[in-house]
Amino acid sequence: MMASSYNAKDEDGHITVSGPGGGTLRSKKPENTAFKQQRLPAWQPILTAGTVLPAFFIIGLIFIPIGIGLYVTSNNIKEFEIDYTGVDMSSPCFNCSQNFSWNSTRPCTCTIPFYLDQPYENNVFMYYGLSNFYQNHRRYVKSRDDSQLNGDLESLMKPSKECEPYAYHENKPIAPCGAIANSMFNGEPVSCCAHQTHSSFHLYLICLFTSLADTLELFYNDPNGTKIQIPMTATGIAWWTDKHVKFRNPTDNANLTAVFQGTTKPVNWRRPVYELDTDPQNNGFINEDFIVWMRTAALPTFRKLYRIIPKKNSMVPTLLRGNYTLEVVYNYPVRSFEGRKRMILSTISWMGGKNPFLGIAYITVGSVCFFLGVVLLIIHHKYGNRNNSADIAN
Amino acid sequence: MDFSLLRNIISRYCVGEENWVDSRTVYIGHKEPPPGAEAYIPQRYPDNRIVSSKYTFWNFIPKNLFEQFRRIANFYFLVIFLVQLIIDTPTSPVTSGLPLFFVITVTAIKQGYEDWLRHKADCSINECPVDVVQQGKVVRTQSHKLRVGDIVMVREDETFPCDLILLSSSRHDGTCYVTTTSLDGESSHKTYYAVPDTMAFRTEQETCYHLSLFDFCRPLGAENLLLRGATLKNTQRIYAVAVYTGMETKMALNYQSKSQKRSAVEKSMNAFLIVYLCILISKWSPDRDEPWYNHRTENERQRHVVIRAFTDFLAFMVLFNYIIPVSMYVTVEMQKFLGSYFITWDEEMFDEELGEGAQVNTSDLNEELGQVEYVFTDKTGTLTENNMEFIECCVDGNVYIPHAICNGQILSAASSIDMIDSSPGGYRRVSVFSMSKREKHSLDLFFRALCLCHTVQVKEEETVDGIKRGIHQGRPTSFYISSSPDEVALVEGMKSYFKKAGEFKLLHVLNFDSVRRRMSVIVKSSSGEYLLFCKGADSSIFPRVVSGKVEQVKARVEQNAVEGLRTLCVAYRRLSESEYEEACHHLTEAKLALQDREQRLAQAYDIIERDFVLLGATAVEDRLQEKAADTIESLHKAGMKVWVLTGDKMETAAATCYASKLFRRSTQILELTKKRTEEQSLHDVLFELNRTVLRQHCLDFGLIIDGATLSAVLKPNQEGAGHGNYREIFLEICRNCSAVLCCRMAPLQKAQIVKLIKASKEHPITLAIGDGANDVSMILEAHVGIGIMGKEGRQAARNSDYAIPKFKHLKKMLLVHGHYYYIRIAELVQYFFYKNVCFIFPQFLYQFFCGFSQQPLYDTAYLTLYNISFTSLPILLYSLVEQHVTVETLKREPSLYRDIAKNSLLRWPVFLYWTCLGVFDAVIFFFGAYFLFDNTTFTSNGQMFGNWTFGTLVFTVLVFTVTLKLALDTHHWTWINHFVIWGSLLFYVIFSLLWGGIIWPFLNYQRMYYVFMQMLSSGPAWLSIILLITVSLLPDVIKKVLCRAICPTATERAQVGLGTNSTVKLNL
Repeated sequence: MMASSYNAKDEDGHITVSGPGGGTLRSKKPENTAFKQQRLPAWQPILTAGTVLPAFFIIGLIFIPIGIGLYVTSNNIKEFEIDYTGVDMSSPCFNCSQNFSWNSTRPCTCTIPFYLDQPYENNVFMYYGLSNFYQNHRRYVKSRDDSQLNGDLESLMKPSKECEPYAYHENKPIAPCGAIANSMFNGEPVSCCAHQTHSSFHLYLICLFTSLADTLELFYNDPNGTKIQIPMTATGIAWWTDKHVKFRNPTDNANLTAVFQGTTKPVNWRRPVYELDTDPQNNGFINEDFIVWMRTAALPTFRKLYRIIPKKNSMVPTLLRGNYTLEVVYNYPVRSFEGRKRMILSTISWMGGKNPFLGIAYITVGSVCFFLGVVLLIIHHKYGNRNNSADIAN
Repeated sequence: MDFSLLRNIISRYCVGEENWVDSRTVYIGHKEPPPGAEAYIPQRYPDNRIVSSKYTFWNFIPKNLFEQFRRIANFYFLVIFLVQLIIDTPTSPVTSGLPLFFVITVTAIKQGYEDWLRHKADCSINECPVDVVQQGKVVRTQSHKLRVGDIVMVREDETFPCDLILLSSSRHDGTCYVTTTSLDGESSHKTYYAVPDTMAFRTEQETCYHLSLFDFCRPLGAENLLLRGATLKNTQRIYAVAVYTGMETKMALNYQSKSQKRSAVEKSMNAFLIVYLCILISKWSPDRDEPWYNHRTENERQRHVVIRAFTDFLAFMVLFNYIIPVSMYVTVEMQKFLGSYFITWDEEMFDEELGEGAQVNTSDLNEELGQVEYVFTDKTGTLTENNMEFIECCVDGNVYIPHAICNGQILSAASSIDMIDSSPGGYRRVSVFSMSKREKHSLDLFFRALCLCHTVQVKEEETVDGIKRGIHQGRPTSFYISSSPDEVALVEGMKSYFKKAGEFKLLHVLNFDSVRRRMSVIVKSSSGEYLLFCKGADSSIFPRVVSGKVEQVKARVEQNAVEGLRTLCVAYRRLSESEYEEACHHLTEAKLALQDREQRLAQAYDIIERDFVLLGATAVEDRLQEKAADTIESLHKAGMKVWVLTGDKMETAAATCYASKLFRRSTQILELTKKRTEEQSLHDVLFELNRTVLRQHCLDFGLIIDGATLSAVLKPNQEGAGHGNYREIFLEICRNCSAVLCCRMAPLQKAQIVKLIKASKEHPITLAIGDGANDVSMILEAHVGIGIMGKEGRQAARNSDYAIPKFKHLKKMLLVHGHYYYIRIAELVQYFFYKNVCFIFPQFLYQFFCGFSQQPLYDTAYLTLYNISFTSLPILLYSLVEQHVTVETLKREPSLYRDIAKNSLLRWPVFLYWTCLGVFDAVIFFFGAYFLFDNTTFTSNGQMFGNWTFGTLVFTVLVFTVTLKLALDTHHWTWINHFVIWGSLLFYVIFSLLWGGIIWPFLNYQRMYYVFMQMLSSGPAWLSIILLITVSLLPDVIKKVLCRAICPTATERAQVGLGTNSTVKLNL
C-alpha cells in the first residue's frame, strides 16, 4: 500500500487500454459512512489562554515541590573528588606522569593525602574518572566482539573484523579483542606476589609490574597515626544482566586457562584475561572491572564505578571525618591525549549521585510555568473579553 | 493498370497537433507496383499489435529498476546505500537499505501487476477477430495480424481495429455513421464519407477486383478517416483499408504520460543538509583523533589524506541523510493518493441525475486546490445548464412565442404549435393558418431554414449513453442528437410545427466552425429552386445581409441578449442555376485542394455566404446551473478572482454574469471591447481604464473584454516603443478587478488568457473549469484543471485533473477539500522537517562530544525505525483526517480561505519557525540529557550508564515530544487519532523493551541489551524524561496561545466560535 501510492503518479496518464465496448457501468454512488464523509465524531480541543491556564498552574504546583525535593536530596549527597593526574609540579603523581614509558617494568606509585570534612554514611561508592578520553569515538565504540564476550567459542578464535587492529597479535586471536578491552583502565591485581600492607586486619594482594591499569587504594589515617586500609568490594559494580547474561566465559566450569589456549592477551595488558581475579566468579570475561570498562561512556569526561565501600553498621559512618591517603599505582598514561584522572567518593540516594541540575531545572521550569500562568491570566482577561465582545458583535 | 495506389495525405487534427502532417503511400490489398513504375521504396509499417504494456517477462527487473531509480529521490537513497556498503560508515547499510528495498519491491510488485493486467488487456485486443478481404473472400483473422494496406470489413456495432480509410459503405450515399464514445465520450453520430472513386463497390469481390482497375491518387481528409476505437453505427457494413496500424494509430499515439513535478521543499532541505555537512567538515582535521588507545587499522592509516577526508565526508553524509528520509516521500505520496479518495467518496459531490460523483485524475494537485487565486470558468454548460429551451423567435420583426411557454407549461401542448405574436402592439394569438400570406411565407421560410440548416440526427432508441434528449410523453419518441445543444432546442421547438417538412434535396452542407460562427446548407426544393439557408451568430450574419427587416430583428436580438438568451440569426439566399453551379465549383475545388485546404474552403464559404435576406432570429434560453450564483459569491468571498471566458456575445454573457452574481449592482463595469476601441485607440482606452482603476481603490470593478480586443492587447506592440507593453497595463487593470468577463473567445484564446495570468509576476495559482472540448486547452494550461461532466461529451472531464458533475460542487471542492488538503499537506511537510531536525540535530551536537567521529547517538534500530514506524503513522493519519475547522464552518464562511492564500502556511517565516522549534527541541533533548548525565550516577545502586543509555534517553524524549507536538496540533480527535497517537507511543515502548530484552541471535552486537529497562529502573531518568518533554513543548504551546489571544486569525476565531458550544478543556 505504502509504495503503491508512492509511485502512483508514475502511472498517471498511462491510459490502460480497455477492450472494445469495455464501458462498465457500476453504481458509483459513494457510501455514506462517517469515515468516508469525514464526519467521524471527534473531540475538538483548542489551545486557548483559558484552557491552558490551569495546566500551567498545575505544572507549576507539581514541578516546584519535586524540584525542591530533588535539590535537597542532591545537596545531602556527599561527594569528594580528587585529581591525581599529576600535571602540576607540586602534585605527588608528577613524577609518575612524567616518567611514563610503555616498556617500563618498574611500577610507579604515588600517595595523595586528602581530608574528608564530613563523615560518609551508608555505602560509599568509589569511582574513577577520566577526562578527554573519547570512549564514544566511533572506531572505539564498535571495536569489540559481543559474541566473543558472550562465550562463543568460534568468535573466541576468530574475532570479528570490527576489532581491527586489535583482533590478532602475532597471528593469534586476541581475547578479549578490540580497542575497548585493550585500553582497560582498572585491573584487579592478583597473584604474582603478595604485598603485605600496613593494614593489620586485612591482607591485600597487590601485583606490581603487571598491568597498564591504575590501581587505587584508600587508607584512613587514624588520628593516632596508624594507616588503616579501607576495605572495598569489587562485586556489584556491573549491571546484573551484563554479568550474568551478556558476558560469559567460553565455558562455565572448566579451567579457564585451557579454554583460552591458543589466544593471546590484549597488547597493552600485562596478564591474560583468565588471570584477572582468583575468584572464578569474577574471572575471565565476567570480571566486573572488565565489564564496567566495556560499557562505553557517553561523553569524553566520564566516571566509572570502581569499588564499593560497604557500610559496617548503622551506628558508625562508613567513612569517618578525617585524613585519608589515596595510594595510586600509576600505570595508565593520559598525558599523551591531555587527559585527566580522578578518584571520586560519593554516597548515593534514591536519585543516584549528586546532581543539582535536575532539581534546579525542575524548580526553574515550575516557576516559569507558574509565571506564564499569571501572564496568561492577565492576557486572558484583557483579550479574552475583547474577543468575546467581538464575536458577539459579529 | 494492374495495381492500385491510394496516396492519401492525411492531416491529423487534434488539439496541439496542428503541425503534425504525415504523408504515406498505401497499396490497397498489397498490390505492389510493377518494378520501375515509380521510384518506390516499400515502407515498413508495424503490424496491428497494440502494446500498452511496459515490460516483458525478462526485461522487467532491469527496466523497472531503471525506471524507479530515475526518480531523484530513489536515486539519492540508492547512492546513500551504496556509500554505506562501500565505505566504513557509522550506521549499517541496513538502515537505509531496508526502507529503500521495501519501497522498491512494493512498487515493483504493484507495477508488475498492473503491467500483467495490461498484457492481458493487450492480448484480448490483439486477438480479437477481424474480417479481412483477401482474394475476394472474407477471411477472419486476428486483430494483430492486420497490416497496412489490408482491406477490412466492419459490421454494425463493431469497433474499428485500426485507423482506416473508408472505401465503401452499405449505405447508398457512401457514408457511414460512427460514434466515438470510447474515444472522447461524445455519443453523437458522426458522418464519414467513402472515397468517391470506390464508394460504388458493394461486395467484397467487387471491392477486391475492381480496385485493381483503378489507379487513383486523391487527397483524403478527416472525413474519410475512421479512427481505431470508434464504433460503426446505423450502417450495415463497410469496407475500408488499413492505413495506420498498431502503435501508429491515433489512439495509441495518445497514450502519453504526463510529466512529473518535483517538490520545492526537497530542494531547500538539500540546502540545509549541505550547511550541516559544511559545519562538520570545517571541524574535521586529519590527525587529531588517534590517541594510543584507539588506533586505526593499517589499511586506514595508509590511505591518502584526501581520500580519508572524502570518506569522512561521505560518512557524515550518511549520518545526516536521515534529515531527508525516504519515508517523507512515501508519506507525501501516500497522503496525496489516499487523501484524494475523500473527494471521490464525497456524497455531496455526487449527482443523482448523472449517477456520478467527483473524479480525481491526478492526486498531485490536492493542495493546490487550497491555493487558487484565479478561477477561469466557461459559461455554457459550466455556469449554465447547457439545457437549451426554445423561447421565442422573431420573424420579420414579429415575435412568436411557443404557445406552451405562454401558458406556463413545458411544451406539453406543443403538438399544435400556435405561436403567440408578442410583438409590440399587444398579444395576439395566431394560428399558422390564419396569417396573411406574406407573413406566412416568411414564417414558412424561417421555419424551413431552421428545419433544414442543422446537423441534428434522429435517433429512435430509448437510451443514448448517458445523454437524454427529446420529450418523454410516455410514448416512444425520437431523440435528437447533435454536437450543439442549441440546435437540438431549435429543432425540438420546430418539431411540432411541421408535420411534413416538404421535399428538399440537400446538396451541400457548409459546416459550422468557430471562426465563421455560422453554418449553411444548400438545398433544392421540390419546385426546383436552389436555396441557401444560413444560421449563425448575429455578428456574423448581419454584415452579410442585404435586405429584410434588419433594424427590428437587431433590436430584438439585442434585447434578448440582455436578458441572457442565446440568439441565432437566420437568413437565406435564393440561388440561380448559374450561381449554384459556381458555388459547387468553388466548393469542389476547395475540397480537392492538396494544400491549404482549410484556407481555401474558408475562402469558398466566404464567397458563397453573402447577399443574404434576413429571415429572423431565434432565442434559446440556457438556464443558470443550480446554486451557480451562490458558488460564485462564495468564491468571491474566499478572495478568488473569477473570470468568465465564453464564446457568447457580450450582452448574453453579461446578463449571465449579473444573474450569477459575478457582477453585482454595485460593480462598476469597465468595458474593453471592439466597440470602444473603434472610437478611441486601444492605447487610450487602456490607459484611461488603468487610471480609473487606480484612482478608486475601494470600488468593486468588473471588466468586460472581447476576443478581438484581447488579441490586440496580447499582440506584441510594434508601433512606438514609448507606449510600453499593453500586456502589463492590461494585467494591472485585471489585478484590480474582482470579476472579469471575456466574451467572444476562441478556444485557444482561453488558454492564452490563462497563460497570461499564470506568467504574471505574482505567479498566482490558476484554476480552469469547463465542460466542453473547447475548454480543454484552458484546462490543460491552468495549474488546476477541472472538468464538468457535461453534455458536450467527456473530453473536458477526461483531460482535467478533477472532474465534478456540477459547477456548484466547485465550492466544496475548493473551500472544503482544497482548504483541508492544504493545511494537511502544509503540516505534513513542516512536521516532517521538524521531527527530523529534532532527530538529527542532537546527533549533530553529539559530534562535538565524540571527537567528530561520526558516532551515531542512537542505536541502528532506532535510526531505521524512527521514520518508518515510531513517528510515521500519527502524521499520516493527521494528514488524512485533520479538520481544524468543521466542514460546515468552512462552507458557511468562505473568507477562511483567505487565511491560507498565497501559500501562507508554507512560507519562509513559518518554515523558519518550525526549524527553530526543531533546533530548540533538539538542543533541549541533547543538553538536557548532557547535564543530567554529566559526571553523575543515575541509579540508586551506584552503577553507571553508557553511551547507548544516553542515546536511548534522548531518543525516548524525542519520540514522545514529537508525537505530543502533533497531538497539540491536532484539532480533530477521532478514535483513530487516539488509537494511532497513543498506539505508536506504546509501540515504541514495547519495541524498546523487546529489542533490549533478549540477546538477539545472528546479530554481531548486543549493545542495546537491557539498556532501555535499566534506564526505566532509574528514577532520575523518569523525572528527566518528563521534564525535557515539558520544556520542549512549552514554547510551542505559548506561541499558540499568545498568537490566538493577541491576534487571532479568522480561522482561529471560527474555531472558538465553534468551541464555545463543544469545547472540552484540554489539560496538559
